[in-house]
Amino acid sequence: MKISKMQELLDADVLCCEENLGKHVYSAFGCDLMSDVLAYVTDQAVLLTGLVNPQVIRTALMMDMTCIIFVRTKKPNDEMIQLAKEHGIVMMSTAMTLYTACGTLYSNGLIGTKEVGK
Amino acid sequence: MSDNLVFRFDVQGNDFTSAGQASVQVKKNLRQLGLDADTIRRVSIAMYEGEINMVIHAGGGVAEVIVSEDYIEIILEDRGPGIKDIDQAMQAGYSTATETIRSLGFGAGMGLPNMKKNTDSMEITSTIDVGTRIVMRVML
Repeated sequence: MKISKMQELLDADVLCCEENLGKHVYSAFGCDLMSDVLAYVTDQAVLLTGLVNPQVIRTALMMDMTCIIFVRTKKPNDEMIQLAKEHGIVMMSTAMTLYTACGTLYSNGLIGTKEVGK
Repeated sequence: MSDNLVFRFDVQGNDFTSAGQASVQVKKNLRQLGLDADTIRRVSIAMYEGEINMVIHAGGGVAEVIVSEDYIEIILEDRGPGIKDIDQAMQAGYSTATETIRSLGFGAGMGLPNMKKNTDSMEITSTIDVGTRIVMRVML
């Protein structure tokens, strides 16, 4: 799914790297636990989270993720925006809750990272 | 051996905000060397987990990444409290992290198992009240 399509579906504000809105993501992962992101995500995924600290961006970087969506209108600070900019990671903020944002993307065809423990 | 590239970082232990900076730099360096994306990712994940551990458990330490012709070696050394029971620490879900660390998105007891999963070999030596040394290798 194109990042611009996610922005439209979630009515999200783009916080940085608008030039990369044309990029695609192939799966999604939603959680506040970065340990799980590091353990389970496959690349070119989007991260949806309600956690706001610089480790969210570094975690996304380690996992080659190209887009982070903050839910519940959470917004990163300038330092975090700068870090994301340096690495071309699109960051957006939506008023939706994590559940609703994930459900909206899923019902429009964006699958989750593969299931765990099967 | 003389051709090995060595990157060395001091990891500050008192600042969670800057934790992971060394790993970001290593990832950048490995990309510049033109290594394949999967290898870079495995090294990055293992190093980042280790770096976070050094910050939250050990008050920082030293990280060294050696790039040789056949492998990438990550050496993490700290002068923290040491690991009492390494087998227990290796179990997924076991953690001694504080609530504060958990609220920051870490401390789920996934770090060490994830480091092992992403590397071809991992050795931990630890002495209580002296420190911990972890050596990991990803084969090229």
